[in-house]
Amino acid sequence: MGDVSEFSLATRLFLKTYRWRRIDPVPCAPLRKPLAEARLALITTAGLHLPDQPPFDNDVRGGDTSYRVIPNDGDVATLREAHRSETFDHAGVQSDPNLAFPLDRLREMQLKLAPRHLSFMGSITAPGRLTSSTARDAAQLLIDDGVEATLLVPI
Amino acid sequence: MCNQAVSLIAAELERRGITTVCVILLREIAEKVRPPRALAVPFRHGFPLGKPHDAPLQRSVIEAALALLPRTDVPLIAQL
Repeated sequence: MGDVSEFSLATRLFLKTYRWRRIDPVPCAPLRKPLAEARLALITTAGLHLPDQPPFDNDVRGGDTSYRVIPNDGDVATLREAHRSETFDHAGVQSDPNLAFPLDRLREMQLKLAPRHLSFMGSITAPGRLTSSTARDAAQLLIDDGVEATLLVPI
Repeated sequence: MCNQAVSLIAAELERRGITTVCVILLREIAEKVRPPRALAVPFRHGFPLGKPHDAPLQRSVIEAALALLPRTDVPLIAQL
């Protein structure tokens, strides 16, 4: 289990006093077909981007809520990491982006994959714009691609 | 923060009809934020699927997460 004891005192105090958002009511979209037949998209919040895409902007107050589109035939090994958080060891994901964006693994698993996958930078302390704008844009993009199921991986 | 971000994105997708499952590194955050389906994993921050370059381990985490997709008893948190 990830544990808050991994963090510095300042981070632990922040987490203790932070007003976590509460999803209420909790929505439920039942899966309407067997998983092997459902079109699956992958979303990470590890701040990964392709070499020709702009990195995430670590100076945005409250966190950069934009996302990058990673095509299904994108080369995972070339992904770069631009996550601003200092609360975790970045070496693992920099050495193997599949650790947080396991597209190579999904390709090995005989699944029906979406044409586009998404990468966010999850260090967002003020998520208002994420919920009111970018997450909705992302949902529409996935709907346009006929996506029926999504795996989300934080870091 | 990442745990909250994936949860909030998942909720938006779910409201639009897309079934979701989130890998979660901090179970207590998932209990507060309440994503629809969560797999709590026993790994430290920065290592959500276990270890870099360990394909069998990464695949086993993915399989455990995807196995939650057919469930409708939300919010649910399964422990890997």
